[in-house]
Amino acid sequence: MSEQLPSESQPTHPRGHAPENQPAHPRGHVVSWKVYLAVFLVLCALTVITVQVAGHDFGPFNLVVALGVAITKATLVVLYFMHARYSEKLTHVVIASSLAFFVILVFLLLADYLSRPWPLVAAG
Amino acid sequence: MSELAAHASAAHHPALQHQFTNLEQQREASSLGMWVFIAQEVLFFGGLFATYTVYRFLYPEAFSVGSHHLSFKIGFFNTLVLIASSLTMAMGVYSAASGKKNRVAGFILATILLGSVFLGVKYFEYGEKIRPCFGDGTHTGCLVPGHRFDASALHLEGDSAGHVQIFFSLYFGMTGLHALHMIIGIPILLLIAWWSWQGRYSPEYHTPVELVGLYWHFVDIVWIFLFPLLYLIGSH
Repeated sequence: MSEQLPSESQPTHPRGHAPENQPAHPRGHVVSWKVYLAVFLVLCALTVITVQVAGHDFGPFNLVVALGVAITKATLVVLYFMHARYSEKLTHVVIASSLAFFVILVFLLLADYLSRPWPLVAAG
Repeated sequence: MSELAAHASAAHHPALQHQFTNLEQQREASSLGMWVFIAQEVLFFGGLFATYTVYRFLYPEAFSVGSHHLSFKIGFFNTLVLIASSLTMAMGVYSAASGKKNRVAGFILATILLGSVFLGVKYFEYGEKIRPCFGDGTHTGCLVPGHRFDASALHLEGDSAGHVQIFFSLYFGMTGLHALHMIIGIPILLLIAWWSWQGRYSPEYHTPVELVGLYWHFVDIVWIFLFPLLYLIGSH
């Protein structure tokens, strides 16, 4: 997955200089463009799948597939297009915490709404 | 670049701000800032997604009827357009990182073009729902929530006629906030394209290209969830 084309590899010094002579190089991982193209094709395929599945009635399974496909697509975008797979641990912490807080938001909201009678009837 | 020049630029790269030790540290700090901003955006949109979840649980039939009234073909087309714009954006960052300078602006312009196609489609999609709300007194087919909302267009009456307005409120609110993010993103992309055209970016320093890429991909992810949740409820 992380193959590098020859022109993108770290500068190799023909006379064998030690690496500390190299300029401070951003750690940004250069991934082959083929990876991006592959991710794009998978995203298109998943979009077709989610539309096809929505064309049939599988009951609650429809929602499971719709969300499953969307989460898979989002994960691919985060990992490859957004380079999360190659980024620092601190970035992973930020991503994980944003997801954790979103889950808390939805979970507590639903715990409240779904445990009450609905519609709420005003007294009198 | 000769080794000597490379070494000198490491010490005094024009893009290196004085508070950072080196370009890598500067890049990590900028990238972290962008990710924290995106984390905040997740919760910004998260409030709307949470609202959606609650009302879909409460009024599943109204949401299904409302969703059937949206054209999933248009949504499908726009999803592919936006995914393609993410690909060109990723290729722009890739070109900057691998030193293919003259391609960066081209890929960013392609991203802008695809983003504009998305917004153009959205314009017509909104138009057919909003236009009937104005003009002659009947408002037939008006799908903007409010007193002009035409529930008979959806063959609904009674409580469901009100509930489906919640669906359309969320439709306009969520896709509108998403479109606003794209409208903000496009001028930023234009600026970065202009700067990359001027030759500001190199494999050593192209953080702005990377960061605007993160923003654009995030906006893509929001749509990846909006498409099935708004356009594909129930069976078609």
